[in-house]
Amino acid sequence: MTEAQPATRRVAIDPLTRVEGHGKITLRLGEDGKVLQARLHIVEFRGFERFIQGRPYWEVPVMVQRLCGICPVSHHLAASKALDVVLGATPTPTANAVRRLMHYGQILQSHALHFFHLASPDLLFGFDSEAGRRNLQAVAAEYPELARQGVLLRRFGQEVIRITAGKRVHGTGSLPGGVNKAVTAADRDALAAALPEVLGWAREGVALVKRLHRERWELYESFGSAESGLLSLVGRDGRLELYDGVLRARSAHGALLLDGVDPARYREHFAEEVKPWSYMKFPYLTALGPERGTYKVGPLARLQNCDFIHTPLAEAERVEFREAHHGELTHAPLAYHWARLVELLHAAEVVGELLAAPELLGSELLARGERTGEGVGVIEAPRGTLIHHYRVGADDLVTSCNLIVSTTHNNQAMNDAVAQVARRYLDGVEPTEPLLNHLEVAIRAFDPCLSCATHALGKMPLEVVVVDAGGAEVGRAEKRGG
Amino acid sequence: MGDVTAPVLVLACGNPSRGDDGLAPALAEALEREYAAAIASGELEVLTELQLNVEHALELRGRRRVYLVDAAASGPEVSLEAVAACRDDSFTTHRISPSALLEVYRQIERSPLPDCRLLAVRGERFELGEPFSPRARASFDEALRLLRAELGGGSRPLRGG
Repeated sequence: MTEAQPATRRVAIDPLTRVEGHGKITLRLGEDGKVLQARLHIVEFRGFERFIQGRPYWEVPVMVQRLCGICPVSHHLAASKALDVVLGATPTPTANAVRRLMHYGQILQSHALHFFHLASPDLLFGFDSEAGRRNLQAVAAEYPELARQGVLLRRFGQEVIRITAGKRVHGTGSLPGGVNKAVTAADRDALAAALPEVLGWAREGVALVKRLHRERWELYESFGSAESGLLSLVGRDGRLELYDGVLRARSAHGALLLDGVDPARYREHFAEEVKPWSYMKFPYLTALGPERGTYKVGPLARLQNCDFIHTPLAEAERVEFREAHHGELTHAPLAYHWARLVELLHAAEVVGELLAAPELLGSELLARGERTGEGVGVIEAPRGTLIHHYRVGADDLVTSCNLIVSTTHNNQAMNDAVAQVARRYLDGVEPTEPLLNHLEVAIRAFDPCLSCATHALGKMPLEVVVVDAGGAEVGRAEKRGG
Repeated sequence: MGDVTAPVLVLACGNPSRGDDGLAPALAEALEREYAAAIASGELEVLTELQLNVEHALELRGRRRVYLVDAAASGPEVSLEAVAACRDDSFTTHRISPSALLEVYRQIERSPLPDCRLLAVRGERFELGEPFSPRARASFDEALRLLRAELGGGSRPLRGG
């Protein structure tokens, strides 16, 4: 969407007219004038679920990609996995290899985009640096090689997606029951030839984020830190697993709360709380209730939830991460960046494994089975656990659709981080530019996908409202997006 | 990876599921039909994306001219304007402004910028699942005429651009 601005005729591709929501934070002060409560308001996206109902099931894996231009592959694959179950089909080894390759290409490109181009200005220049410097172009100007590597990493991931999904956008590669094309030897070889350089850039990225984190350890570990549980898929043997596995949840201090849970039974273990001030729901572990059962998802949860990573370079980094934290769990939002880069490295390693796997070039692409009519597909999207759940009638039309996206899982964790940052940086009642910047840094660490969780695409035009103990507004500030 | 670069690129941005936001992708489809020969001969490339993003800087490499096409929520029915490289804070994980994209290209490629133009096509309804509005249909026709004039009409773009 392009928003024309008549005064200057500056025309910018502006997502805001594609959206109906924006980020708003309400800070409620106590009688002592300190922040008592922070609420991050995001308009949850529910329209797409209704949009899907009544559609033929075979359209769904393609349609759901339009939820988001950033992680369309995650929706494409989660829908495909759910509809495999609807059809009673177990994908062939070749179909699994092609889908996995697509997924890890997606993880790689999404993580590269987030770290190198969204987070790095904050981390390289500091949260307090002037706004004109905290942007991608400043990184490109002062760290051109870093910016270039980020772009090339993302490009590589997208090339993996193009080869496996058929197109860079709205690919049709995965479909209920399998995939519609295999990878050719020529494509495999082209990707394999580029991989050593990709691995090198990924390792440099991990080294950079570790250095930044260690240099400002106290700030990074305390900024926005709020305890919660952790949720992710893991492999049946406890490994880091992003495509298919079982659900595991830990308490804030590492005790196992759930393990080995079949994702199809997610509804037995999770509930969603509705709060009157937010359109976005608050998921929690049913056994612990809404107060104690909240959790975080995404790279930081995954890295600390798994027992090991099966690829050697990423495993060495995971061990170093855990040792740096003395084996304790960290809940620091800024540690997401470190974990994200370890996953990026892991994704590059897995791409290499899959390119070497003979089944990738196989010819059995589609499986058949006995229809069940209902299916759940769970995948670890770049931002965290993504659940697709469909029921399909005998007429092949979707009768119900439930999507729980990563950003919704992280809703409470983001609210807690915002509250912690507000308590630390709100001075008086008037939200200042530095406060807004700090709040943005905290929210950004979770990499919320506003187009999935809401109607919003892109950087939120962040609005902060401060209300006193009686509910009267006493301060307000707004930061426009883009 | 090893692709031949067409000198003229049309990069269309928009979500076909969101009413008039699908204007640019629809224009891209029309161009792909009309200019199939030019595309096949490597003179023109047409890409469709949900939104402009940082990696599109790499799509500018080796281009003589680039047309960015997007739906507009305000302004005239159709406008075509040159884009200049400019630093701004528009980048997010979901999109980047055309000016910022050119600036990124300038910084990471250290090479001359292509002639880049933004074609903004007016729409008015952007809800999920909506068809094109009457206004968007009219804008579409005008935008297609303008693109044909720019690309040279017929089935091949003008070599002079």
